[in-house]
Amino acid sequence: MTKYIEKNSQQLFLMIVIVIIGAFLTIKSEYFLTPSNLINIADSCGYRLIMAVGMTFIMASGVMDLSAGSTVSLAGVIIAWMLHAGAGIPLSVVAGLLTGVTAGALNGLLIHYTKISFFIITLAMSGMLRGISLIITGGRPITRFGAAFMTIGTGRLAGIQISVWIAVILTLAAAVILNCTKWGSYIKTLGSNPEALRKCGIGTAGYRISVQAVMGLAAAITAVIITARLNSAEPNAGMDMELDAITAVAMGGTPITGGKACISGTMLAVIILGIIRNGLTLMSISSDYQQWITGFLLLISVLVSGIRIKNTRQNTQEKENE
Amino acid sequence: METETPLLIINNIYKSFGHVQALRGASFSAPRGKVTAIVGDNGSGKSTLAKIISGCLKPDSGEITINGRTYPSLTNHQAIYEGNIGTVYQDLALDNLKNAYENIFLGREDIHFGVFLNRKKMKEKAAALFQALAIDIPDMELPVGSMSGGQRQAIAIARAIDMDRQILIFDEPTSAMGMKETQHTMDLFQRLKDEGRTILLISHNLFQVFDIADRIAVLDKGRFVDTFSTAESSPQKLHDRIVKKEMELEQ
Repeated sequence: MTKYIEKNSQQLFLMIVIVIIGAFLTIKSEYFLTPSNLINIADSCGYRLIMAVGMTFIMASGVMDLSAGSTVSLAGVIIAWMLHAGAGIPLSVVAGLLTGVTAGALNGLLIHYTKISFFIITLAMSGMLRGISLIITGGRPITRFGAAFMTIGTGRLAGIQISVWIAVILTLAAAVILNCTKWGSYIKTLGSNPEALRKCGIGTAGYRISVQAVMGLAAAITAVIITARLNSAEPNAGMDMELDAITAVAMGGTPITGGKACISGTMLAVIILGIIRNGLTLMSISSDYQQWITGFLLLISVLVSGIRIKNTRQNTQEKENE
Repeated sequence: METETPLLIINNIYKSFGHVQALRGASFSAPRGKVTAIVGDNGSGKSTLAKIISGCLKPDSGEITINGRTYPSLTNHQAIYEGNIGTVYQDLALDNLKNAYENIFLGREDIHFGVFLNRKKMKEKAAALFQALAIDIPDMELPVGSMSGGQRQAIAIARAIDMDRQILIFDEPTSAMGMKETQHTMDLFQRLKDEGRTILLISHNLFQVFDIADRIAVLDKGRFVDTFSTAESSPQKLHDRIVKKEMELEQ
């Protein structure tokens, strides 16, 4: 029992936070605990969870992707452009997903072969991707794709948006991949000790490129949902979404230096951020505060993660000296 | 007299890092089934040579012959799977966040249903391996980062041995160990030697070298300057020889 609590302390902590915030908002607003509001929260968490799950993969591998939001923008614009060109929904969606995978794989290639910091590579990629979106659209949104496409973003199954179901399925799949497969295991070692992989005869290039491509895919799926939900593709879509995703992953217990992945923690953190957003709206507090709170939570999570890493390193050093 | 072709031949290896020349035409051979120790002072090029043989570094020139097959350089993958070389690195090459059996099987995991890790099987195999090698790992689920230096080193050694490699390279294998663990490791080496494995031992500890090695090769400033049988020398003589060679080279 003690071992279980120790192993899942982060998740238990996040659940307690959810209960506390939930109790506070229930007192503050009679509308908070109504079924329709809870469904609202779930709906708003769906695509954010997909993005955060993608970010969990790459943070477990020791990097972050600052171009994820721009990938959402470009993939959305490509889908819209294809739909307007009469390519049909399946082909347009595939083109959008390929855009995300390509952008991610390109990040992976550059990170692996240039050895330049992922911050610089993905920041540069972010500027380039959003720039392409702006060039294609001329800075104006592309709108109106028809009811069939909108179903992806607004359709419901058992009262819950399809996007939420997609997010839940992808989260479960991610948990299995990260915890039960060789690929998932190597992705984590890529974060904690890539040299160990190489010295065991495992080439790291393929793993770096593929894990970045997974992030790109997650961003592109998010783009499909957002574009369908808004019935519009905007060059400014996805702005700061990577900040939300990184915050959720760090809050969820995945170390900022990688080596471990906590998908359930990421999911709980996305729910917390969703509840906070909803609570601010219910209490009529300006959405400007959301940005501040997200930044603040990221800072706290990174500080806690940093302290944990320092403690682990200190313990390892002490054990090595024993 | 050795009539058999050596299992490993290093021929005229050069390696430099910027202006620093770590190896300057190093040539040497390791006979099959013998323990060959490579000794030398700090900066003599011992670890660089070990890294070249195990595929971590590419030499500037020269060649490596393993079991009759010659390579201009090796990758880690080639060294492990073609050269059949198992290496215990000085940094141990362990993933501190993974447990003992996940580290033992890193790169050669047991898989079921084509994609899923078979943790149960790996744990059982690792437990049997530890038992056979008399290695005490109390909790197989603990991340190796929370284990003692000796336990971590024992895991790295067990990984190299379990791969059933024909050549084993040990780079300062007892540097992080206490006296008891060092003795334990030396006993393990003796067993591997009795099994007829070809071992390359890189060590600073001359007494340890004389305990276990059949042959000693002295590396100085990137070149092999002497090779002899342990029966022909003693730790004191070897020490004097290294110092003398260094003085000769300096002159």
